[in-house]
Amino acid sequence: MRGPRWLGILSRCIAAVLGGYLLAALVAIGCALWLGPPRAEAVLVGMLLSFAVHAGAVIWVFAARSARRAWAGLAVPTLALGAALALTGGLP
Amino acid sequence: MKEGFRQCMAWLHTWSGLLVGWILFAIFLTGTAAYLRPEITTWMRPELHATAAGPAAAQAALDHLQQVAPRSPSWFVNLPDARQPALQVLWREAAAGRRGFANAWLDPATGETLTARETRGGEFFYRFHFQLHYLNVPLARWIVSFCAMMMLVAIISGIVTHRRIFADFFTFRPGKGSRSWIDGHALVAVAALPYHLMITYTGLVTLMLMTMPWGAEKAYGGDRAAFTAEVFGTAPPGRAAGRPAPLTAVAPLLEAATRHWQGGSVGRIAVQHPGDANATILLTRDDAERISSNPQTLLFDGTTGALLASAGDTGGAAAATRGVMYGLHIGRFAGPLLRGLLLLSGLAGTVMVATGCLLWAVKIRQQALKRGRIGFGLRLVEHLNVAAIAGLPVAMAGFFWANRVLPPGLAGRAEWEIHLFFIAWAICLLHPLLRRGRQAWIDQFAAGGLMFALLPVVSLVTTERHLGVTLAAGDWAFAGFEFGLLAIGAALGAIAWRLARRRPAAAVAPQRRQPTARLAAGAAE
Repeated sequence: MRGPRWLGILSRCIAAVLGGYLLAALVAIGCALWLGPPRAEAVLVGMLLSFAVHAGAVIWVFAARSARRAWAGLAVPTLALGAALALTGGLP
Repeated sequence: MKEGFRQCMAWLHTWSGLLVGWILFAIFLTGTAAYLRPEITTWMRPELHATAAGPAAAQAALDHLQQVAPRSPSWFVNLPDARQPALQVLWREAAAGRRGFANAWLDPATGETLTARETRGGEFFYRFHFQLHYLNVPLARWIVSFCAMMMLVAIISGIVTHRRIFADFFTFRPGKGSRSWIDGHALVAVAALPYHLMITYTGLVTLMLMTMPWGAEKAYGGDRAAFTAEVFGTAPPGRAAGRPAPLTAVAPLLEAATRHWQGGSVGRIAVQHPGDANATILLTRDDAERISSNPQTLLFDGTTGALLASAGDTGGAAAATRGVMYGLHIGRFAGPLLRGLLLLSGLAGTVMVATGCLLWAVKIRQQALKRGRIGFGLRLVEHLNVAAIAGLPVAMAGFFWANRVLPPGLAGRAEWEIHLFFIAWAICLLHPLLRRGRQAWIDQFAAGGLMFALLPVVSLVTTERHLGVTLAAGDWAFAGFEFGLLAIGAALGAIAWRLARRRPAAAVAPQRRQPTARLAAGAAE
C-alpha cells in the first residue's frame, strides 16, 4: 500500500459513502427509465434495489486489494451507467 | 486472497458497527419498544378507560365533530381496536394553517369526551427511532438512514467473517472473557439473523422516498405528487362547493366497506369539507389486518353516500413489495404471539449491537494492558458504552416516571416528559466521569432496575388505576404492562447484581495468570 495507511482508509471511506451512493442512484435512475411501463413500478424497483447496490459497493470498496483498485472498480460501472443514461437522455 | 478477503471483512465489520453502534443501540431499543406503541400510550393515559366499542362509535365521533368543529375543512377519526380502545377524533382548525390540528379522545360507547393527561406516549419511542429528537427532521432521518446502511454493511461483513456460522450458533462459553463476548454476540446475531437483515433493509425502505428519490425525479420530471398518486392510486382532495349540505350517515358506508373488503374493517375515517355539497368521506382499512402497509381505501360522496373510487385493492408487484416490506418493518399485522417473537428478535438485535460495542472495548483493553497503556480512544468508547447501553434504560424509565409525576395541568407537559428523558440520559452520560469502570455499569443498571421496578408503586400512589384495581377488575392489558415493567426492572437489577458479585472473583484471578481474568480485573478497576 502506498502512502500512509489512514489516507487509504479515508479514500476508501469516501469511495464507499459517496461513490457507492452515486452508483446506487444511477442504478435507481436506470431502472426508473428503462424498466416498465408502468413507470411507477419501474421507479419503485430501482429504489428497492438501490440499497443492495450501495451495500454491495461498500463491500467491494473494502475488499479490494488497494484503494486505487477500489476506486477503479466503482468507476467502471458508474461511468458505464452514466454514459448509457446520458445517451438515452436520462441525464441533463 | 481468500484469507485476505475475510480479514478485510472483519475490519469492515468492526468499524462499520462501532462507529454508529451507540446510535444503532438506541434505534434498536426504542424501535423494539415501538412494537408496543398502543400499549405504552394506553399505560401513559391511565384516565382513558376501555369500554366496549360498538358499531355506533363512528357516528358518535362524527356527531361530536359536527358540534365542536362544524367549520373545519377536514375531520379525521381513528376507530378503536383491541389494542387502542379509545376513539380519537382530530380536526383541522378552520383558521389555522396546514399544521393546525386539534384532537380529542371520546368514549366509543357514549361519544362523551374523555380527558387525559397530555403525553406523547409510545409515539415518542416510535418517532425517536427514526428521527431522533431536537434535530431538524430530514437531517435526523438522513442520520438514521446512514446508520441503517452501516448496519446492513456490518451484517453482510459479519456473515462473511463468521466462517462457522452454524457451529457458532451452538457455541457459548461463559466466563471466558472476550471469548464469551464473541460467542454471545454471534449467538444473538445468528439466532435472529433473518430478522436483523429484514429489519435493517426494510428500515432503509421506509425512508427511501427521501433518501433515494432520483428515479422518481427523472421519470416524473420532478412531479412528486404524480408519482405518489400513481403508486397509491389516490387523488388529491377536491375543492369545496360553497353550498351547505348535510353529511350522510356513516354506518351504511362502513357496511359497504366491510362487504368490499370481504369482512375487513375500517380503521380510519377522513372527511373533507364536512357540511359542504362537495364533501367526501374516505374510509381506510385497518392496517392490522394485512401485512402490506399500502392503504386500501374507499372514497364516498359525503352527501349522497355513493361510492366514488376505491384504491389499494390491486397494485403492481413492486408497489406490493414495498408495501409488504414497510408492513414487515412496522409489524402492525402481528398478533400477540408473533408480536412477542418480534419483540424478542428486536431485543436480540439490541443485545447484538450492545455486545458488539462491548466486544471492541474488551479486545482493545486486552491489547492495551499488554502494552501497559490505556489510550483516550478506549476510555471514550468505554465511557460511551456505559452511557448508551446502561443509560438508555434509565432514560426510558425517566420518561415513564415523568408521565406519572408531572402535574396534569403543566404547560407543555408532553414536551417535559421528553425533556426529562434526555435529562436522565445526560446524567448517565456524565456519571461515568465520577464513577469509573465497572462501578459505573453497576450504578446505572441498578438505577434503571430500581426505576422500572418502582413504576407500579408510583402508579399506586399517583393514579387510580394501579395493580390493586386492575388485577381485581381483570384489566389484563394494563396489569400486564405493569408486570412487564417489573420484569424489566428485575432483569436490569439482575445484571447489576451479577456485575457486582463477580468482582471478587476477578480480583483473585491474576494469580492464576489467565489473560481473560486479567482483563476482567482491568475492567473492574
